[in-house]
Amino acid sequence: MNFTAVEKSGVLFLIVEGEVDEHGAGELRLAADRKIDEHAGADKAVFDLGKVSFMDSTGIGFLIGRYKKLRRYGIPSYVSRVNAETDKILSLSGVYSLIPKM
Amino acid sequence: MENYMKLEIAAIGENESFARSAVAAFALALNPSLSELSDVKTAVSEAVTNCIVHAYEGEDAQKSILIECRIEKRTVGGALHIAITDYGKGIQDVEQALAPFFTTLEDEERSGMGFTIMQTFMTEFSVASEPGKGTKIVMMKEIAA
Ligand SMILES: Nc1ncnc2c1ncn2[C@@H]1O[C@H](COP(=O)(O)OP(=O)(O)OP(=O)(O)O)[C@@H](O)[C@H]1O
Ligand SMILES: [Mg+2]
Repeated sequence: MNFTAVEKSGVLFLIVEGEVDEHGAGELRLAADRKIDEHAGADKAVFDLGKVSFMDSTGIGFLIGRYKKLRRYGIPSYVSRVNAETDKILSLSGVYSLIPKM
Repeated sequence: MENYMKLEIAAIGENESFARSAVAAFALALNPSLSELSDVKTAVSEAVTNCIVHAYEGEDAQKSILIECRIEKRTVGGALHIAITDYGKGIQDVEQALAPFFTTLEDEERSGMGFTIMQTFMTEFSVASEPGKGTKIVMMKEIAA
C-alpha cells in the first residue's frame, strides 16, 4: 500500500496504490487524514484508485471515514479510475451515493 | 484423488495478504478467470480479517485460523470449496451479523459489509458459530470451464 496527495487548482487528489486491507489501513488513514488537514482549503477531493490492486471491505470503511472528514471541511469527495474488482465492492456497498464517480 | 490443502496461520494482520494469495494460488488448478479469482481472494480476505479483528480478544489468547480448501473437478469446469475456522469468541446472533451494514466495530471504521461481500462473491456460503467456541465459514465458488 502506498499513499500520496497532490493539490492542483483547488482539486485535492488522494492517490491510493497497491493492496488496501485491514493490515495496512491504520497507516493509510493517518497519512490521508494528515494530507486532508494540510489541504483543508481545497474545493473538492478526488480519490484516485487507478493503481489499487486489491481492496476488501476495509476500503469501504476507509473511503467513508475520509468522506466524513472532508465533509466537515465542506469539501465534496469523488472517486476516479476505479477498476472492475474495486467497482464491484463499491457498488454493492452504496459508496457511490456518498462519493460519486468522476 | 481430489486435491486439497490445509493451512493453519496466526490470526495477525501480516497474514491477510498471505492467506488470500495462498488460496488464489491453490485455485489456479481450476483455471479460474481473473474475475473469479478476484472474487475468491476478496471473500477469503473478508473471512480471515474477521477472525483477526473480531474473534480473538486479549493478548494471551492463542490466536489461530484454519483454512481448508478442496478442488472439485467436474466434467465441465469445477468448484473450489473453502472453510475458514477460528477458535475465538463466536457470534451471538448470526442472523443479525449477516445483515448488510451490521457491525460491532463502528468506531474502528468497519462498514459491516464483510459477510454481504462473501455471500455475493461466492456461489455458496454458510456460517456456523458457537459463542465461546469459535466460528466456521464454509464457502464454495463454481469455476466455469
Ligand atoms: N470470526 C468472527 N468472530 C466473532 N465475531 C464475528 C466474526 N466474524 C464476524 N463477526 C461479527 O459479525 C459482524 C459482521 O461482520 P462483517 O464482516 O459483515 O462486518 P465487519 O467485519 O463488522 O465490517 P467489515 O467487514 O465491513 O469491515 C462483525 O461486526 C462481528 O460482530
Ligand atoms: Mg468483516
